[in-house]
Amino acid sequence: MSATTVPVATEETAKPRRELRVPHGGWRVIAAKELGDDLLSVRFIVLLIVLGLAALVPLYAAADQIRAHATQASGTPAIFLALFILSSPDYSFLQVASFVSIVAPLLGLAFAFDAINGERSEGTLPRLLAQPIYRDDVINGKFAAGLAVIGIVLVAIIGIIAGFGIFRLGIVPAPEEILRLVSWILVTFVYVGLWLAFGLLLSVLFRRAATSALIGFGVWFLFTTFGPFILDAIGKALSPLTGSTTNELIGQAQTQQLISRLLPGQLYSEVTSVLLNPTNNPQATLPGSLGQAQQAQQQIPTLLAFDQSVLLVWPQVVVLVAMTVACFALAYVAFMRQEVRA
Amino acid sequence: MSEGVAATEPGPAPSAPVPEPTALDPDRPEPVIRTRRLTKRYGDLTAVSKLDLAVYPGEIFGLLGQNGAGKTTTILMLLGLSEPTSGEASVVGLDPAWEPREVKRRVGYLPDAVGFYGGLTGRENLRYTARLNGLRRDEAESAIDEVLEQVGLTDRANDPVEQYSRGMRQRLGIADALVKSPDVLILDEPTTSIDPLGVIEILDLLRKLVNDRGLAIMLSSHLLSQVQSVCDRIGIFAAGRLIGVGTVDELARQFGDGTAVIEVGLELPTQADVDRAAAALGAIPAVDSVEAAGLGNGTWRVHVRPASAEARVRQDILVAAVDHGLRLTALRPVVPSLDEIYRLAVERPIVKRGGVKRRGTGRPVGEKRPE
Repeated sequence: MSATTVPVATEETAKPRRELRVPHGGWRVIAAKELGDDLLSVRFIVLLIVLGLAALVPLYAAADQIRAHATQASGTPAIFLALFILSSPDYSFLQVASFVSIVAPLLGLAFAFDAINGERSEGTLPRLLAQPIYRDDVINGKFAAGLAVIGIVLVAIIGIIAGFGIFRLGIVPAPEEILRLVSWILVTFVYVGLWLAFGLLLSVLFRRAATSALIGFGVWFLFTTFGPFILDAIGKALSPLTGSTTNELIGQAQTQQLISRLLPGQLYSEVTSVLLNPTNNPQATLPGSLGQAQQAQQQIPTLLAFDQSVLLVWPQVVVLVAMTVACFALAYVAFMRQEVRA
Repeated sequence: MSEGVAATEPGPAPSAPVPEPTALDPDRPEPVIRTRRLTKRYGDLTAVSKLDLAVYPGEIFGLLGQNGAGKTTTILMLLGLSEPTSGEASVVGLDPAWEPREVKRRVGYLPDAVGFYGGLTGRENLRYTARLNGLRRDEAESAIDEVLEQVGLTDRANDPVEQYSRGMRQRLGIADALVKSPDVLILDEPTTSIDPLGVIEILDLLRKLVNDRGLAIMLSSHLLSQVQSVCDRIGIFAAGRLIGVGTVDELARQFGDGTAVIEVGLELPTQADVDRAAAALGAIPAVDSVEAAGLGNGTWRVHVRPASAEARVRQDILVAAVDHGLRLTALRPVVPSLDEIYRLAVERPIVKRGGVKRRGTGRPVGEKRPE
């Protein structure tokens, strides 16, 4: 470089510049805009209607059960929560809790699969990044907006179900039931957040929204339908129950369970079963009917206290949170390393 | 030198013919954009190679080059959206690699193929940008009104952008870049895929912005005539290198074939007049060749070699016309076409590029050319 040229650093002092605020908290502006877009979007309205209608069916089944057994059920503890975990006798999958566990991932994917690649294909990403914000403000803002929308949807649907229980059936939740319900909503929120982060990751990795949607829904379908079977098979192959002593058998069974817990859905359903059913422990399955629930209570007459239930599922919750954070971190890093131009 | 040729350039064209000023040049304002040996490599591919560039306040600088010549990469590095492999840049006195947000607060950018949120109105799109720039609500609204007025979109501001035409989107893009009241405007292919009338509107708008607001504009384009018509100075890009910088005339001098052209309008009623005119024009020293026009009103083209003799030849033509009783209707130097310059510049052999490269030492371009 020539010795006669002015060093770049001194130019700043040489030129008096207008005082300009360089704004902070760009992610809040982005989140507010995204939230507004989401709430007015067709997909939000469609999802709300579809989910609302779909929630009615298991709710009806559960209410039916409670009414039919009203006389025997009068003494049943945590009857309010039964609204969420009872199913119709004919279709065991018609159960509010399992319904939520199936649609929750869809909710997460629907609001994230085109978050970044949508901006790219619309040509708005370079313009957005040319504003005085940090690059991660974009992905943070979008994640925050997605979480907010999900929170709204979840609280709305579960609130409607609870309201239905209170008004139509006349069952009022006890304080501890409310606590269980709220903590279940929180865990559901984390679980949906995991799928939201996954959708975000796909939207960063794939340039076309259609591709990321297809992959996202493909993974969801695989996990919810075949996932448990596949992991079950893997678990049995890796650790067959061949032990001769009880300790060996228990160890092998635990290995199988560990493998089955690789699926976030499995973790979530374990948390659900414990939080919504005070009589339950993680190994047991959800009671299929009120009769079973009563049977279970007869076997274990004492209820678990709320803090005990939370203690039971704490590891699962932590893993869910960790998975969500890891997924978001992957999306974050991938986005930060990407070139701006397509 | 042919000083009078620069007649096509309105606005505050830089007075000195030297494209790279030195510290010895105190009258010149500090450049708002300045790069030193800026380089960007993607793996083995060198997108931008050792770029030295300076853009001054109050000028429109055109980056000219084919697709993939490194224009957009350069712009992204100036905005801190892409990190240079080596070298440094300074935009409004700041290093975009280290203070990208401060730079982006002061620089308006119109990306190539700009996009908007189709469901939002033009005004809402601008409001989002204003909010991202930290403008208060009242500031934002008045700034939005002002820029919408400037780009002529006030009437359509409350329509959703998906109903906008290409040209309107492009104008909205310029409004979007202006809403933060930038010191510098960087426009990437601002006129691509816009109808000719729209192009004229946009170029007029840019010139007006420079005159009214005194900001610096850097625009990239591969449309030569447009660049020529609006830019004060031009940098020619080829394969990641800046192979020439200057006004159209300077570039013509640097890359031209050494000739200049003068158009002479002559009214010649008889064949004898035509012959007389041909003889008279051909006899002028430094005239290389004469393209005759024939009987009646016609435009003759006089090629001058060397190009530097153009001003003197023009005078000689005037004198010759008087001496020989030729009726002149017009006499004007032909501004060299950028198309021609560009073709010559890009086709120029490597040896000449070496000559250009030495400009990095601060020596003026003109010195290297024997007159």
